[in-house]
Amino acid sequence: MILGPIGFAAPWLLVALAALPVLWIILRAVPPAPIRRRFPGVALLLGLTDDESVTDRTPWWLLLLRMLAVAAIIIGLAGPVLNPEDESQRGTGPLLIVTDGSWASARDWTSQSDTIDDLLAEAAREGRTAAVVRLTRPEAPVFQGPDLWRTRLPGLAPLAWEPSADQMAELAQSLGDTDFETLWFSDGLARDGRTELLEALEDHGPVQVFEGGATVTGLRPVAFEDGAVQLTALRADPGSAREVTANAHGRDPSGTMRVLATLPLTFEEGATEATGALSLPAELRARVTHFDIAGTRSAGAVTLTDDSLRRREVALIAGREDREGLELLSPLHYLQRALEPTADLLHGGLEDILPANPDVIVLADVATLSEGETDDLMEWIDNGGLLVRFAGPRLAASDVSRDAEDPLMPVRLRAGGRNVGGAMSWGEPKTLAPFDEDSPFAGLPIPDDVTVSSQVMAQPDPTLADRVIARLSDSTPLVTRKRMGQGQVVLFHVSANAEWSTLPLSGLFVQMLERLSVSSSAAMPEATELEGTTWQPVQVLDAFGTLSGAGTLPGVDGSALIDAPLGPELQPGLYEGEDRRIARNVLDAEAVLEPVAWPARVPVAGLTRVEEMPLGGWLLGAAILMLVADILASLALSGRLTGPRARAGAAAALAAILLAGLPAGPSHAQTVETDEEASRSDAMAIEATSEVVLAHVITGNRQVDDLARAGLLGLSQTLFFRTSVEPEDPMSVNLETDEIAFFPFLYWPITPDQPTPSAEAYAKLNRYLRTGGMILFDTRDADVAGYGAASPNGRKLQQLAAPLDIPALEPVPSDHVLTRTFYLLQDFPGRHTGGAVWVEAAPPDAELIEGMPFRNLNDGVTPVVIGGNDWSSAWAVDDRGNPLVPVGRGFSGERQREIAYRFGVNLIMHVLTGNYKSDQVHVPALLDRLGQ
Amino acid sequence: MTEPAALRQRAETEAARLPPLLARAEYLAGTVLLGDHGRRRSGLGDDFWQYRPVQPGDPRRWIDWRRSARSDDRFVREREWQIAQSVMLWVDQSASMRFTSDKNIVEKGERARLLALATAILLIRGGERVGLTGTLLPPRRGGNQVLRLAEFFSRDDAADYGVPEHRAMIPNARALFVSDFLGDVSEVKLALTKAADRGVRGVLLQVLDPTEEAFPFQGRTIFESIGGTLAHETLKAGDLKTRYQQRLHERKAELTHLCHATGWQFQTHHTDASAQSALLYIYRALDRGTA
Repeated sequence: MILGPIGFAAPWLLVALAALPVLWIILRAVPPAPIRRRFPGVALLLGLTDDESVTDRTPWWLLLLRMLAVAAIIIGLAGPVLNPEDESQRGTGPLLIVTDGSWASARDWTSQSDTIDDLLAEAAREGRTAAVVRLTRPEAPVFQGPDLWRTRLPGLAPLAWEPSADQMAELAQSLGDTDFETLWFSDGLARDGRTELLEALEDHGPVQVFEGGATVTGLRPVAFEDGAVQLTALRADPGSAREVTANAHGRDPSGTMRVLATLPLTFEEGATEATGALSLPAELRARVTHFDIAGTRSAGAVTLTDDSLRRREVALIAGREDREGLELLSPLHYLQRALEPTADLLHGGLEDILPANPDVIVLADVATLSEGETDDLMEWIDNGGLLVRFAGPRLAASDVSRDAEDPLMPVRLRAGGRNVGGAMSWGEPKTLAPFDEDSPFAGLPIPDDVTVSSQVMAQPDPTLADRVIARLSDSTPLVTRKRMGQGQVVLFHVSANAEWSTLPLSGLFVQMLERLSVSSSAAMPEATELEGTTWQPVQVLDAFGTLSGAGTLPGVDGSALIDAPLGPELQPGLYEGEDRRIARNVLDAEAVLEPVAWPARVPVAGLTRVEEMPLGGWLLGAAILMLVADILASLALSGRLTGPRARAGAAAALAAILLAGLPAGPSHAQTVETDEEASRSDAMAIEATSEVVLAHVITGNRQVDDLARAGLLGLSQTLFFRTSVEPEDPMSVNLETDEIAFFPFLYWPITPDQPTPSAEAYAKLNRYLRTGGMILFDTRDADVAGYGAASPNGRKLQQLAAPLDIPALEPVPSDHVLTRTFYLLQDFPGRHTGGAVWVEAAPPDAELIEGMPFRNLNDGVTPVVIGGNDWSSAWAVDDRGNPLVPVGRGFSGERQREIAYRFGVNLIMHVLTGNYKSDQVHVPALLDRLGQ
Repeated sequence: MTEPAALRQRAETEAARLPPLLARAEYLAGTVLLGDHGRRRSGLGDDFWQYRPVQPGDPRRWIDWRRSARSDDRFVREREWQIAQSVMLWVDQSASMRFTSDKNIVEKGERARLLALATAILLIRGGERVGLTGTLLPPRRGGNQVLRLAEFFSRDDAADYGVPEHRAMIPNARALFVSDFLGDVSEVKLALTKAADRGVRGVLLQVLDPTEEAFPFQGRTIFESIGGTLAHETLKAGDLKTRYQQRLHERKAELTHLCHATGWQFQTHHTDASAQSALLYIYRALDRGTA
């Protein structure tokens, strides 16, 4: 039976709804049951009568709630189904599913594959055969069982290029002559060959088209103009105004990929292009590896950057910077002017610059380098650095590379250099000779006005001829070069300013630097320039815009890299040549996106399919919730929700109901466990911090631990009765797992067999000691060994305390503040008496001032107190306050116990008040008490 | 016949309850600092009061020779008159005191015992004699009396509402009655009248649970006393609230009036308030009574 969009599996059950009014009347007639309550005040109630003789009726809204719950149960059991499937439309015969499989399909591939999966499942139920074809990698359709195709569906994911007209024609020819129904999953973009393929398919049977709703967006390759990165986003449908966000991805200084910058791009209404300029610092720009449109998973929305965004970093270092103001004579002036437009310049000392790993270092007239600098520079050159050196008066006057070749110079130099064409010399200034064929400068035109009047001269060595890359008209070397490892050293035999030659004034200077790759031009090469070269793919894009390593993909011919359409042989990605990288993106700089226009005869459907949805479970769940609400409301009405026990019970019931409603599973159980652990440590933290709490370290020896706890209990009670310190019950602390920062004081009994804390625990302990905590170490052996290694406890103490950050120690001096923080004490007995107690040593400059009984000692709490008097035994009491361990004999023993308690009180007072009693203000009162 | 072993065991169990009560009472008492309350006139005592010239009739041995040697007259050294007072306690230990409305609030009886015992400790420290009303435990001084008091306080009474013990009142002593005074008021009246006849004055401390003031009940309810002897059923507990509070107010007014008539003092203490304030009140009130 179907009512509107809802159908029922068992409609006869709905008859039970007629019983609801009867139920209403019955429920209304029954009053709520009374509660029995113990209450001493009943004696005052005797004789009081109720004003109304009518009992409280169940209120109408509670009845309504119950009715709704019962109705929900009845309807839920009747099996309601939303959107029951219409079984009248069924096809017959083979089914061909065609997908475009291009990058534009990637954005809704999940819904596409779900739909295809549904359709194949349906076809399987109807006993039809099916075939699935991808246009980007066409194969002749093979009709077979739909379930086979369902298993292969994940292998039919879209590819990162578009189907070409050839590929579509290839499919059209391989269709065979059987008749079939066609379902075409289109990516929504117009392209050549679609119409022909459509006609070919219609020859074999009806065609239906599925298209996703969202419009296709893409990103053109970026360009660097006007000091900013120019971004252009495209979309297929010129719809209403819309904003997309472009993200620039790259590695941050720690090497992880992240979004380095974002730029919002706005499509105007009716426009298909949105442009924007992203201005980035050069450092950041060099890190960008690709841009994409946020939230779009498609290769078209990703554009890779190659070297075009990258500018080389050039470090300029001059040997002579002291001539302030003489800018035109500065050795670096012309270099700066030449390099500024195309490179990022770095200034600074060599040791600062080398860690930044620049591409080029220019040394202008720098003669000597320290040994360390030389080593660092050579390592940098070996790793691909380019060192460019210019001559100058200093280099000419120095002995660098005179007798033996300096590793950082390409040639040996003759002393002094030479002057030509000056006032004191014969001859004319020299001009440049044409460049050799194998020189990197080959082909550069030489202006007539470039003359050289001074230069440094190279020694005629056997290797000289190979190293010269530019010479003067008299064949003397002007520029020499030496390769070292992956890098090279280049020497200009003239100075970098216009003192020795006019070269820096000419355009040739800039071109020469460019040829040396000191600066790089950003232009994309022409196809003809790259003819014959081979480019190796480094990273390729898949259809979803994810970058992955190229693996064993074969290299690509240079001209094809620029011109050829993308396909299985030329995948979009990053290609590496000899000295640069070129990115091939899905969209090129002129790309436009046009929506496809299907003929009116072809039905076009969306990707969303209405699914059957049974509603019974939801209704039954709602009924249970309503019944729970009914229980709570009934309890509240009858007053059972007030009162301690009722409240706890109701809360527990509510929690149980809520928990039962949650999905149970291993992950759930795990969170409960970790939650429990967290709440346990939270509870401990709250317990430890809400009051002062003394604590002892768990040694693992049950007896010692119990005694330590009992001892601290006794000390806590003593403090509680005698002082304004009112500690809670003491706690036991596990150094490995518990936080110890909450406790002002830790008692650490030493047993020979206790485990040594881990490194983390020691770090925690050292932090604790540095931040004002105190640890009382108790060897419990009456100090028979004098803290030497003679007793096992002493040995263990030495071993335990070695990694701790403990200052120098001394036996408690008679004027230590510990002797007078609360009681005036001379010795510190526990169960044993007489052993020395050690505390942090007084500073060596502490002196006794005339007339003062105490020295002005350390300005803080001693972080450790070390003794062996077994104080916990003397302090220990049971739950009723009776001493646990006998101390001494008779009255003197009780006295010793009392003094032990007093030591404990003094110790805790010292921890809590620091050196308060050290203040000289207390001296008169103390003197009075001392009877002096 | 009682098995000796069982009796021993029960005695141990009972005794185990004493130290915590004692410790808490001791601590509570420790919050009040006392000095010896002198009578502000000369008499028998330890503390120096004044020197006065010798008058006819003074025995020779009274003369303070050291003082007299410094002048021509002879002087007698007088001491301040200190007298020990007898204080009798009665703590309601009936079933109605074993009630608390919330697990965070102590039972009324617990609070009543604590206050009485702390008062006893204070008084014994001050040199007074403290005991129970009736013939069970006559007033004595010394630390052992505290233990005996604690032992008697630890017993429970089976009756639903407590009746003040008014037999064997010591003339001119002081008394402290602690109860909820929700039972029959005529018994209280009888006790106070008898006390007033013998010149005994003191303090009535009413200990109430907060719910006994607020009456926060709703719906159809059967109220029962703790002992189960009394019951009252109502259909709408919420409607009884104002009338119940009215009756409680009347009960307090009646007790206050009774106290005025007999020279006693009356105070209500709630178990959710701090015990210390009540103890201070008792101590001050007894002090006023003895001055």
